[in-house]
Amino acid sequence: MSEQKTISETSVPNGVKLPIYMDNHATTPMDPRVLEEMLPYFTDKFGNAASRNHVFGWVAEEAVEQARERIAKLVGATTKEIIFTSGATESDNLAIKGVAEMYREKGNHIITAVTEHKAVLDTGKRLEKYGFRVTYMPVMKDGLIDLDDLKRAMDDKTILVTLMAANNEIGVLQPVAEIGKLCHERGVLFHTDATQAVGKIPIDVQKMNIDLMSISAHKMYGPKGVGALYVRRKNPRVQVSPIIDGGGHERGMRSGTLNVPGIVGLGKACAICHQEMPQESCRLAGLRNRLKDKIMGSLDEVYVNGSMEHRLPNNLNISFAYVEGESLLMGINDIAVSSGSACTSATLEPSYVLKALGTGDDLAHSSIRFGIGRFNTEAEVDYVAARLIEVVRRLRELSPLYEMAKEGIDLKSVSWAAEG
Amino acid sequence: MAYSDKVLDHYTNPRNVGSMDKNSQAVGTGLVGAPECGDVMKLQIQVNPQTKVIEDAKFKTFGCGSAIASSSLATEWVKGKTVDEALSIKNTDIVRELSLPPVKIHCSVLAEDAIRAAIGDWKKKNGVAAQAEAHAPMAKAGD
Repeated sequence: MSEQKTISETSVPNGVKLPIYMDNHATTPMDPRVLEEMLPYFTDKFGNAASRNHVFGWVAEEAVEQARERIAKLVGATTKEIIFTSGATESDNLAIKGVAEMYREKGNHIITAVTEHKAVLDTGKRLEKYGFRVTYMPVMKDGLIDLDDLKRAMDDKTILVTLMAANNEIGVLQPVAEIGKLCHERGVLFHTDATQAVGKIPIDVQKMNIDLMSISAHKMYGPKGVGALYVRRKNPRVQVSPIIDGGGHERGMRSGTLNVPGIVGLGKACAICHQEMPQESCRLAGLRNRLKDKIMGSLDEVYVNGSMEHRLPNNLNISFAYVEGESLLMGINDIAVSSGSACTSATLEPSYVLKALGTGDDLAHSSIRFGIGRFNTEAEVDYVAARLIEVVRRLRELSPLYEMAKEGIDLKSVSWAAEG
Repeated sequence: MAYSDKVLDHYTNPRNVGSMDKNSQAVGTGLVGAPECGDVMKLQIQVNPQTKVIEDAKFKTFGCGSAIASSSLATEWVKGKTVDEALSIKNTDIVRELSLPPVKIHCSVLAEDAIRAAIGDWKKKNGVAAQAEAHAPMAKAGD
């Protein structure tokens, strides 16, 4: 990793190693216990889980079935309801396109929300090209959908509602149980992209009336390139058309030789989350609140994006008014976090999630997302808070907007020249 | 994204940060960009009325590292030049000096606009024929 020199007034406490990783919504480091369990399946136990006539295949298949059990146990499903995929993007695609094709006779209307992940939004856009109608619901200021909006959006052609469990930018939790109940009352299937939620907060597909659910391994300390789709088997029995055809693996829903080491890793990651979630979520919420309190106690004009009440325990998304996000990231280059600033995105557009909350573009440009993870410590949180406060103060000294605001100029009243 | 050493240097040690009295006759102020676009630059020059030489320049910028570096560099370059010489500074010169990647070219455009806007303001204040009017109109505090 190339290191950039940093001039910092904040000293590095003992035991803190730089750079600090605090971007755990992007991906998580793999838990060493997960890696340990995976390793034999790359070498000694390399068999193809579909090989039915020798021991190599049986060993692989047994490992896959154990992983299926562990995943099912974490989310209240049965093993036959777990379909392995390459990750949550594929799971989202399979769920949405698979339902769209399978239930085309019944209707052509799909409901989702504007703050969904691109894997859902872009899948919706593609289906629109093929004659489906997609409703993109707005969200309220706190990032939650309005259940009345959802009721109103449903009609007799609605076949699927797809709404995420936890948002990847602002960590806001949608009322999944209420959505599931409503969908089942109306006989509409409910898919939830639970990439950020599974392993972090309790999810029960039965209690929450979830019909399809996307799961990813690398967001919960497992390996990249593997995920799962939960597909309900009873009340109702859900069917999806495959998007990948071939050898008929995964009960015909997803062909392709199973990624056995990855699946073993996903299973182990789920088992650890299942066991440690109560303590871990409390610890992470404590660290997150500590970070928030330190920042908000030291800086003025700092705004939390999204509901604090309905939120992942490890997420914080804050806008630092009058400071642009990319320049802030540059100042804290010994810390890995991400920003909703346009400059950090490929499209040069500020975060569409923050815009959907009604956060002005100016504040969207000033946002930082923190994702605290299993391996972050209190000392790291304290260092991150101190560095951030230092850099925000320095950049505000440099900011004409901060100066104008301090002079009492209402920035909204300024007629800004368009870019030349 | 990897930043060039020069961008990092200007970001870490920005030159000529500060503000001048915008009501002073000798000071020209340029304020360009918009908060919604993620870039706002304020560039001020202090001009010797006899020689028309820019004797001092200050800036403040809200924007990414490249925007900060572009405006910091702009203040360095205008100092010691006459206002007419300063108008010859082109955004492409800034791109070259800072090795800005294509996605950051708008930062250099904004810095050139800021120079032009500051000079335009000074000329207007001092009744100098504005033969090279700023092509980006200056933002004004509304009422």
